[in-house]
Amino acid sequence: MKVIIGLEIHCQLNTDTKLFCGCSTDYRDDPPNTHVCPVCLALPGALPRLNTKAVEYALRVAKALNLEVAEECEFSRKNYFYPDLPKGYQITQYDRPLAERGVVEIEADDGTPKEVRITRIHLEEDPGRLVHRSGRDRAGYSLVDYNRSGIPLIEIVTEPDLRSPKEARRFLNKLRNTLEYLEVFDGEREGAIRVDANISLVGHNRVECKNISSYKGVEKALTFEITRQKNQIARGHEITRETRHFNEGRGITMSSRSKEEETDYRYFPEPDLRPLRVRDWLDDITLPELPDARKARFVAQYGISHNHARTLTGDMKLANFYEKVAGDDPVLAATWVADTLLGELNYRDMKIDRVPPAHFADLLALVRVDAITDRSGVDALRTMLDEGAAGEEMELPSAVVDRFGLRKAAGDEFDEVAAQVVEAHPDAVADYHNGKGGALNFLVGQAMRETRGRADARDLGRRIKELLENKEA
Amino acid sequence: MAGTFHFDAEDRSNAFITRVESATFGDGRLAGIPLAVKDNISTRGMQTTCGSRILEGYIPPYDAHVVELLREEGAAIVGKTNLDEFGMGTTTENSGFGPTTNPHDPARVPGGSSGGSAAAVAAGMVPMALGTDTGGSIRCPAAFCGIVGLKPTYGRVSRYGLIAYSNSLEQIGPMGRSVADVGTLMEVICRHDARDSTSYDRGYAHAPSGEIRGMTIGIPAEYFGEGVDPAVAECVRDAIATLESAGAIVEECSIPSMEYALAAYYVTCTSEASSNLARFDGVRYGPGVGTKRSWHDEFQEFRGEHFGREVQRRVMLGTFALSAGYYGKYYAKAQVAKENVRRDFLRVLKSVDVIAGPTMPTIAFRFGEKSDPLSMYLSDVLTVPANLAGVPAISVPCGRVEGMPVGLQIIGQHFADEVVVDVAFAFEQEGPA
Amino acid sequence: MISEREVESIAKLADIRIQKEELGEFTVQFNAILEYFDVLDRVEAAGEGRADLVNVFREDEVRPSLPVEDVLANAGSTEETFIKGPRVM
Repeated sequence: MKVIIGLEIHCQLNTDTKLFCGCSTDYRDDPPNTHVCPVCLALPGALPRLNTKAVEYALRVAKALNLEVAEECEFSRKNYFYPDLPKGYQITQYDRPLAERGVVEIEADDGTPKEVRITRIHLEEDPGRLVHRSGRDRAGYSLVDYNRSGIPLIEIVTEPDLRSPKEARRFLNKLRNTLEYLEVFDGEREGAIRVDANISLVGHNRVECKNISSYKGVEKALTFEITRQKNQIARGHEITRETRHFNEGRGITMSSRSKEEETDYRYFPEPDLRPLRVRDWLDDITLPELPDARKARFVAQYGISHNHARTLTGDMKLANFYEKVAGDDPVLAATWVADTLLGELNYRDMKIDRVPPAHFADLLALVRVDAITDRSGVDALRTMLDEGAAGEEMELPSAVVDRFGLRKAAGDEFDEVAAQVVEAHPDAVADYHNGKGGALNFLVGQAMRETRGRADARDLGRRIKELLENKEA
Repeated sequence: MAGTFHFDAEDRSNAFITRVESATFGDGRLAGIPLAVKDNISTRGMQTTCGSRILEGYIPPYDAHVVELLREEGAAIVGKTNLDEFGMGTTTENSGFGPTTNPHDPARVPGGSSGGSAAAVAAGMVPMALGTDTGGSIRCPAAFCGIVGLKPTYGRVSRYGLIAYSNSLEQIGPMGRSVADVGTLMEVICRHDARDSTSYDRGYAHAPSGEIRGMTIGIPAEYFGEGVDPAVAECVRDAIATLESAGAIVEECSIPSMEYALAAYYVTCTSEASSNLARFDGVRYGPGVGTKRSWHDEFQEFRGEHFGREVQRRVMLGTFALSAGYYGKYYAKAQVAKENVRRDFLRVLKSVDVIAGPTMPTIAFRFGEKSDPLSMYLSDVLTVPANLAGVPAISVPCGRVEGMPVGLQIIGQHFADEVVVDVAFAFEQEGPA
Repeated sequence: MISEREVESIAKLADIRIQKEELGEFTVQFNAILEYFDVLDRVEAAGEGRADLVNVFREDEVRPSLPVEDVLANAGSTEETFIKGPRVM
């Protein structure tokens, strides 16, 4: 059964101040209601003032996603009551949005390129935040914090062009990545992105799924919802056209009883703000290199594989990190960053910006001049990251290598170990001469154990073979 | 010289909701002058109720732009004046704090919604006061109480701190005993304010001149039509004749959109009000809302209990006018009508300098005289067009009918507030005592 | 003509509780007023208005917020620095 998915994505813009007042948006560790003024608290008589930076950021996004910017647009009021909405309306854009009709290219499930059409982009303000405490009085009241009230959001609406939860996830990753490249968005902020998804199976009613607040959540919610709808249909039930809420903790969607349903939002133009004519601002916006362009450049400039380039440019900070450590051997660097470092970071739940590029470059230099084996390199990296994860200062990998004596065994030490192993295992030597292939591997393994991985297996193999051949002669 | 003003004038008209017995003042053009401020304008540290029980006890933590300007010029703010709740009325009967009476006849209304400010000035309690005018709320009480009141060009005075009733129509404006006082107060409050995005940078620095020789005055037939008391019409025609004898040229003209201006006004103001008043949910200010039950239940009960009937009526009308299926018929149509009114005024004001007519179709009503809402709304028919068009309009006393004051309304081009003040000033010099 | 039931649902949409016994009077008044508003059906656009004041902005510069005591001063009930609201469950 064909699946049809459209998304509405709300992203917080990382301006310094709120959309309509001068309150700081940086309230992360501050107590409730400490970043609030007459405007965002909706005191009687206060009036909104539009933040020029928010408009510029939204235009950057519009340009990057190939949208047509309206010659004139305006703000509207969306009227509804909710305890987190101080004015009793949200200032948003309705029938005259900032930009319409764009397109984003992603990879379809079969690996072919696919275009996802963007319906529109508009600016709006975030409501406050409700907190519910458990305890005797739980659910008896709500607690309101208006610090978030008035944070600028862009809402990006897609056409129903997505065909699977995985595609939706890829689209969101691409979008997030693009917004980060545009430097208008900080994806690591709590609640920085919120998604509403419209999901239907061809020929059946559409369900709106609200309140998805993580990238993983989108794929989970969609997968759950598709299964639910298929089961309904299999049992002969029609799909109810409704709004459902995603419960992130339980990984399920639940029918929401009242909030959005049947609400008549009574939109009308916001009389306290003037219209915008900002299309010509586009001429002054120079887009940075976006993920697709950067990927192509990585392949061309550094000679790395398409897959490595895709991984590295899939996160702006990672790509920046790679370019800092690429150095004289970009292919080696790509392998180490994409195949090794990323996994080690994920394992420790660490972010790339915790790794000092100079430290990593130091490690790459050791590997490149063959001073340590790959295995020792990984060990040094792990030691360094563990220190970082424990909140300690990270050692330079060369210091770790010296401390543990991980430098590659070479010259005399190397010959000595080979000779000792051959001496100590006459049975294996005999087996070798009797043509038993496994004997050489056994001897190399013993030698590797002796050197604790500081020697290269191939080099050791060659040396031991030489000794054995000489013995026979 | 800075000091304290002891405000001990007796308030026989219930003009004030909040009084300041000892009002401090600073230096400046208004130093030591007692000034009253309509209670829908925010005053830091001083209760601001909007005439509504839903804001009882609310103490704003900030001053409206105009209040900052008054303080900068040394005014002694002696209190907050009564009004129809949220400005919704033509009589000041709809106040949560009791009606204001007309100082000329306590059995009659002072007009509204700035009835408290008008009564305070007319009773001699203060020489000047601030009012607000959404559809005539400065000019109507000025006319009914026999004082001068100016509704400035839309955008000329900052609305920052004015508790919104109908944002696209209303302006704060000066009220006073004389045109000169109104001019002085206008000079103080007319300053650009970046906090109001609809505010223009068009200051006002103007000494009124009585010279109107050669000026053209348009007389729209619609201002003397059905519903206008013939005695009031005659009084105003006499006033216009006075202007003519002072050298002005009088011309007939027509504003056809007057046919639907009042309907457009009521649809617009109730729609905007339905949204503006949504914030009064008792969470952040006002008597506290209950928190035990679900939000719709608590909000409904709170708003049902603390809003007066007229406010409930207008909020519901506006909710309806914006609702799905009716937006096109009401709100959208009203905006087209508003644009048509603006065009009518622009057209007429190309060939005449000002338009003149009665401010109100009648003299001040007796209490309870207008019992049904629609007949009350109809009495705004001559004042709302200036709000829809956004043009300045002044009401200046021009005589009496049955012993009650009558107001002459003078309407000018956008940003020609100086011109309407000049014409009013000329009339004041020439006109009947 | 709108019915008492419609007036009731408008009141609900506006979050205003109207007493049952007042509903009849509100409905009569609304119908009189709405009938008067029908004059708008005759309105035809004389031309599009074009806003003369556009692009009014503020720079992205942080201004001081209110002291939290001022934020909480007018609220009916508070807990720590939260403001209490009705329940939403």
